Amino acid sequence: MAKEKTFVEDVQRDLYDFRDEEIDFYRVDTGLTRDIVLQISEEKNDPEWMRDFRLKCLDIFTHSKMPPWGPSIDGLNLDNIVTYVKPKTGMAGKWEDVPEDIKNTFERLGIPEAERKSLAGVGAQYDSELVYHNIRAEVAAQGVIYTDIESALHGPYGDMIKDHFMHLVRPGEHPFAALHGAVWSGGSFVYVPPGVDVEIPLQSYFRLNAPGAGQFEHTLIIVDDNAKLHFIEGCSAPKYSVANLHAGCVEIFVGNNAKMRYSTIENWSKNMYNLNTKRVTVGENSAMEWVSGSFGSHTSYLYPMTVLKGDHSKMDYTGITFAGAGQELDTGMKVNHIGKHTTSSVNTRSICKDGGISNTRTSVVIAPNADESKSIVGCTSLMLDSISRSDTIPAIDVRNQNSDVGHEAKIGKISDEAVFYLMSRGISEEDARAMIVSGFAESVSKELPLEYAVEMNNLIRLEMVGAIG
Amino acid sequence: MAATLEVRGLKAGVGEKEILHGIDLTINPGETHVFMGPNGAGKSTLGNAIMGHPAYEVTEGSITYGDMDLLAETADKRAKAGLFMTFQNPIEVPGITVANFMRNAIEMRTGERVKLWNFRKQVKEIANILTIPEDYADRDLNVGFSGGEKKKAEILQLLILDPELAILDETDSGLDVDAVRVVSKGIQEFQKKEGKSLFIITHNAAILEALEVTHTHILVDGRIVKSGGKELIDEIFTEGFEKYIEADKAE
Repeated sequence: MAKEKTFVEDVQRDLYDFRDEEIDFYRVDTGLTRDIVLQISEEKNDPEWMRDFRLKCLDIFTHSKMPPWGPSIDGLNLDNIVTYVKPKTGMAGKWEDVPEDIKNTFERLGIPEAERKSLAGVGAQYDSELVYHNIRAEVAAQGVIYTDIESALHGPYGDMIKDHFMHLVRPGEHPFAALHGAVWSGGSFVYVPPGVDVEIPLQSYFRLNAPGAGQFEHTLIIVDDNAKLHFIEGCSAPKYSVANLHAGCVEIFVGNNAKMRYSTIENWSKNMYNLNTKRVTVGENSAMEWVSGSFGSHTSYLYPMTVLKGDHSKMDYTGITFAGAGQELDTGMKVNHIGKHTTSSVNTRSICKDGGISNTRTSVVIAPNADESKSIVGCTSLMLDSISRSDTIPAIDVRNQNSDVGHEAKIGKISDEAVFYLMSRGISEEDARAMIVSGFAESVSKELPLEYAVEMNNLIRLEMVGAIG
Repeated sequence: MAATLEVRGLKAGVGEKEILHGIDLTINPGETHVFMGPNGAGKSTLGNAIMGHPAYEVTEGSITYGDMDLLAETADKRAKAGLFMTFQNPIEVPGITVANFMRNAIEMRTGERVKLWNFRKQVKEIANILTIPEDYADRDLNVGFSGGEKKKAEILQLLILDPELAILDETDSGLDVDAVRVVSKGIQEFQKKEGKSLFIITHNAAILEALEVTHTHILVDGRIVKSGGKELIDEIFTEGFEKYIEADKAE
């Protein structure tokens, strides 16, 4: 009944698949060598320790092996990836100063409008550099630092960055962490001082814009004791014929009695290899909340990890993944319970259609001293046809006798009866299916700020339309 | 626009199995038709065939509504033309509230935006008539509803979506006395409006008491074996279907 009339990426991605002509941008040669890393370091005017760190990472990268598990990344040829593309402008404080073509791209993504709608600051990354950065006066007045990492490295927070940068995600962990350490560029640095409650969410919106360009942005967030922050990251990339790589890194440090929420909707073009590493460490009595939506990309490896270090710390993870034709999305989360009385609660949703593959990989570790800890993981999958595939791969490692751990996996499909029920009320088959899928995703969208929830529902709609002939 | 429903020589079934062996039926605007008969006689099949359930295959005959050939249309188009059906087991749809669902359905059917404020007011009024709590509309569609709540929610939809011809498939089954009264009240509200037609499948006399019934049909083994007025209902409730079943067997 459901025959494919059009490929989603042929028509529906028009909204996001625009790119500007590349004009006199600075680019390094393709492929990764010591000279290239030094060139990047020099271009960015790195402090000495950062240059040495990059070289150390390159060394680790050249000696590392690709992981023996997970979806294939054979289509990724690192010699083809231009690691660093820099727009011709530097930082701009005012919207008027941003060049016209870059501005057009952002306008079409709705960034200034989003900012007007109660967002505290915009650090939008165009290729590998922040080109537009603004933070509302009242947030800065609270002592909150929100800037690009490059400038922060040379400012009063240079030492703080040195003490935290890739201390949580170590370059030796996997090849892409090492690669990231060697060629990272752009990203955000946020520091929320003790006791500061940042009431409005901070947002960073970045995207890729050059064929074959990898993006290695680094997000470093430090939320001090008794502080509170909501950070939103959203990505949308245009599509290209060459394989694209995204190997970003997010490190978040949450102090004691603090609260952090990290929300993201990622919508990569369908040739993207998205090999992203995100991690947080949470102090005593603190709470971490993840809200994560993964759309697009050719292949994704994404498992945000939480280290519940402090006693009575807790974590909530809500995530959704949508895999369509030709996509293999390997997503999930990891949590390590270290402190006593720590709790984690995980709710993942995955949707696959047109032969898409979605794997939900979760890992829960309860350390010997993490007494009286609790973890509950629920994974629900919705398969929209019989040629798609969905797997749940849980790992649970409990090292004490007094903790409580649960895992539940469910898989379903849309029943004809449900579709008929909605159709009998005057809703078309296409809309009925989209409605059911949006409803399935509601546990995630209701956690997002309104404009992101709307965008996510639009994405679901776009992915759904075209499946019915 | 209210129109006349015409069913001619309808044969239909599920898979290989023919359930309806030739049904003729005319429902004019303003008429209320009650369908009675033993379990398995084909009452629900007839309702589903008219509404366009994909699992029920029509092998012969025609169904028209005004000048629309319903068999050529999918269920949503039939709904847009003015048809509606309540379900015996309404489907639970997580993540969509009853209110949003109804608003979407109206907007998709009419192509016009529904004003939120007026809509909330209308839902509130009807909820009051049906003596159902207002927060009903803010709960996910049928999710966690009791059997009675689901049936009431169907009647709420009937009154909000305001079709021309409503098929009520055992909307009263499994309800306690109070719930039957509420459901019956909702149906009366619908019936009061000009030109509305009803196709009621029921085993329950209580729900019919307060309704104006213009036609009664007795279905046995996929055929209408007897048609009449409201008096036929009384006959069935005093004497049962036996006489018609015997007659059917004798044929």
